[in-house]
Amino acid sequence: MSTEDYLKDITEIKDMMNKSSRFFSLSGLSGILAGIYALIGAAIAYYLVSISGRDYLILHGKIFNYILIDLVAIAFLSIVTAAILSNRKARKNNETLWNGASRRLLGAFLIPLITGGIFILIKIYNHHYGLTGSLMLIFYGLALVNASKYTIGNVKYLGYVEIILGLICSIFPTYGFWFWVAGFGVMHIIYGSLIYFKHDR
Amino acid sequence: MKNIIGNINKAFDHRIRLGIMSILMVNEYADFKMLKELLGATDGNLASHTKALEKEEYIIVEKSFIGRKPNTRYSTTKKGREAFKKHVEAIEKLLKQ
Repeated sequence: MSTEDYLKDITEIKDMMNKSSRFFSLSGLSGILAGIYALIGAAIAYYLVSISGRDYLILHGKIFNYILIDLVAIAFLSIVTAAILSNRKARKNNETLWNGASRRLLGAFLIPLITGGIFILIKIYNHHYGLTGSLMLIFYGLALVNASKYTIGNVKYLGYVEIILGLICSIFPTYGFWFWVAGFGVMHIIYGSLIYFKHDR
Repeated sequence: MKNIIGNINKAFDHRIRLGIMSILMVNEYADFKMLKELLGATDGNLASHTKALEKEEYIIVEKSFIGRKPNTRYSTTKKGREAFKKHVEAIEKLLKQ
C-alpha cells in the first residue's frame, strides 16, 4: 500500500468514529426560529404583566397561568421545529434522524433539562419563584454542555454562555426577565446563525 | 521498518472491515442495520466481513430478539481493540517516515 492509501485509511477511521458517535444534522435554522419564538413569547408575557397593573407576578393568578401556557407553547414550538428541520437536514446528509447518536444526544440533553424543570416547578409551588429565570438558564446551559459530546462540538460554548448568564442573573434576580430574553432569545438567534452559515448550507 | 510493517494488520486491510472496527471502537455496540447504514454496504458483503473479524476473535456477535424481530449486535473484544490500536499506531508511524 502507498502513503496515500494509509492516509485514506486514517481519514476513513476518523470519519467513521465521528459519524457513528455524533449527530451532525442539528439544524441551525431551528435555533434561529427558537430564538424568535422566545422573543415573541417574552413580548406576550411582558404585555400580560403590564396590563395586570402590577410589575411583578403573583402565583395562582390568571396572568400566571397564561404565562405558563406561553412558556409551554414556546418550548413545544421550538422542539417541533428542531425535529422537522433536523430531519430535513439529516436526509440531505444521508443520515437518519433517529439513530444511535441522536438517541444518545437526546438522553444527554434531557436528563439535566428535566431535572431542572422538575426542580423549578417544585420551587414555584413552594413560592420560591424569584430565581426561576436564573435556574432555567443554568439547567439549560448544563443540558447543552452535556449534549455537546454527541453533536457539533461547539454547542458547548452556547451552554457555557447560558450558564454564565444564569449565574449573573442569580445575583440580579429582579432582571430575570431580561436575562431570559438574552439567553433564550438573542443567544439562540446568534448561535443558530453561526451554525446555519457554517454547517447548514 | 520491518517491525512496523509487521504490525500492519491484514485483517483490517479493507475499507469495510476498517470501518466496522472504527465504529465499534467508539460505541459500546452496534447492530447490523447501523453498520449497514454507516458503511453503505450490502447485507451479504457486510456479513462476510463481520464473519472474518469474528473468526479472528476481534469482535463478538450477539443474536437476540427485540419483540419478534431478530437483532444482531456486534462489539469488540479486548484482543480486537489491542490489534486495532497497534494497526493505527503502525500506520501513523509509517506516515511519519
